[in-house]
Amino acid sequence: MAPAPWFGLKGKAARKTARQSIDALPDGLWTKCPKCNEILFNKELEKNLRVCNKCGYHYRLRASERLAITIDDGTFVEFDAHLAPANPLDFPDYDISIKKDRLKSGLEDAIVTGAGEMGDHKVVIGVADFAFRGGSMGGVVGEKIVRAMEYAIANNLPVIMFTTSGGARMQEGILSLMQMAKTAAACAKVHEAGLPYIVVFADPTTAGVHASYASLGDFIFAEPGALVGFAGARVAQQAGLIHRPDNFQTSEFQLEHGMIDRIVPRREMKSTLIKILDFCAKEDASDGV
Amino acid sequence: MASSDWNILDFEKPIMELDAQIAEIKRLTIERGEDRSADIEILEKDRDRLLNEIFTNLTAWDRVLLARHPRRPYTLDYVRVMFDDFTDLHGDRLFADDHAMVGGIATLEGRQVMWVGQQKGRNLKERQYRNFGSAKPEGYRKAMRLMHLAEKFGKPIICLVDTPAADCSVGAEERGISEAIARNLMEMSTLKTPVICVVLGEGGSGGALGIAVANKVIMLEHSIYSVIPPESCAAILWRDPTKHKEMAEALKISAKDALRLGIIDEIIPEPAGGAHRNVDLAARYVKDAILKYLDELDKLTPDELAAQRYDKFRNMGVFVDSAKKAKKKKTEE
Repeated sequence: MAPAPWFGLKGKAARKTARQSIDALPDGLWTKCPKCNEILFNKELEKNLRVCNKCGYHYRLRASERLAITIDDGTFVEFDAHLAPANPLDFPDYDISIKKDRLKSGLEDAIVTGAGEMGDHKVVIGVADFAFRGGSMGGVVGEKIVRAMEYAIANNLPVIMFTTSGGARMQEGILSLMQMAKTAAACAKVHEAGLPYIVVFADPTTAGVHASYASLGDFIFAEPGALVGFAGARVAQQAGLIHRPDNFQTSEFQLEHGMIDRIVPRREMKSTLIKILDFCAKEDASDGV
Repeated sequence: MASSDWNILDFEKPIMELDAQIAEIKRLTIERGEDRSADIEILEKDRDRLLNEIFTNLTAWDRVLLARHPRRPYTLDYVRVMFDDFTDLHGDRLFADDHAMVGGIATLEGRQVMWVGQQKGRNLKERQYRNFGSAKPEGYRKAMRLMHLAEKFGKPIICLVDTPAADCSVGAEERGISEAIARNLMEMSTLKTPVICVVLGEGGSGGALGIAVANKVIMLEHSIYSVIPPESCAAILWRDPTKHKEMAEALKISAKDALRLGIIDEIIPEPAGGAHRNVDLAARYVKDAILKYLDELDKLTPDELAAQRYDKFRNMGVFVDSAKKAKKKKTEE
């Protein structure tokens, strides 16, 4: 067998090549952990919820994978799958990017919303997907989040949001900035209705998403090692931010500074969410539903 | 930016030259007692024609430069001219007083109002003191504290926006800049008192929006409102920060664009050549617009004010409903 294409390479180059080789071989037998370089059998990795069994590195999950390990089998009903992005600014190449990402991800935009069951609880859930425009929030994402929250309010259901996003969708300009206000205002309605609102930061949760609906949960959890912060890495680089602590803008940094409730490993996520839902359930309404 | 004098933009130079000539003739008139009013009139006409010509052909990047003009009036310049009197109030009661975010109580034509806004500095020392108009979490929390006070005592809120962006330093991250902005967005949406926002200069992304969830949002003619600075966007999307001019066009950041996209309610015209050429007049235009909208919002009850603000932002954003489109196609066939 020929050596893997990344053989002999180090650091970033190795990671990049390894990733490329995996992309090129979707049915490959193994994967190299980008953090600890451990060679992981794909079957084992899947079994371990795409977490490295040596160092605990959490791979990004597609929205469908996240839903599969979070919502009880066969209970998920998707909302608004037919909403698709427009190009309101006639932004150069945006239409092409959308088409490409639609093919790549099989999604119309960067979030999947719907309702489903988690144990005894029926919940409204939104899961962002990094594979579509880096999970960024434009008109579709904002609208789907608000509609999901409105559904939750109308049906008296808790709301869970898994965030994975670089921020606002730059190609939709000022309209995407307004999605921050739009989703944050919807969060106010969820709180006014007395419903639980739980947010989970997955890698990455930054910028316009971190500074809007993501930071407004009653409970905020994060996966270990996720990039979480206000200024996106490249924006910070543009702003000349040089001196930063090693764990800057990670889940661990956010925990240390009091911005999140807990870091929850993927394997414990569903049980933790159910515990919180149990806690929030009103005594008189906890008769099975 | 400008090459020799950084206080003058390149496209302003011919205007400044004419201005200088006019000033020189006026000086001579006084010194020598000659009547040269005809010459002055001709030159002034030339200058006004030139101003008009230059300002009707501004590129998007020219507008960015105007919005960031070092001589552009800043928030406190408007505050001093617009209000009968004002008292600035300080601190977020949690950590510090942010000098990039100013605010307080004021009287506007006899009406009591609360005002908040980002403040930039005029010289190097002031710029550092004001952190270049980039507020930290404590700034957003101070603004929200003042807005809640206004709500408690039934006073309208005037938000004056002029910031390149929120502060993104390590300290700002440590104290939760995202949380502070997110909370402002959420809590501003529920305020049961009139909120009017004026974008005076730079409407920089989340940093601007953090005090801009208002019943009425208006922009000065040469201000900008953008999701990201064009330089950063060019660096990220096109991996080429030198394409900032093209990106400024693509991002549609002018007041006209914002009005067309339904983001703002009105554009306030600026004096010829920009607000910095006549601060008093610019401030009067802003004041007139604020008074007009205060009268309009007076007609709404506290609940209606919150509802109007919610609906305004609820309806922003563009998307395609492919299911509806397909249905429509079918019926058309």
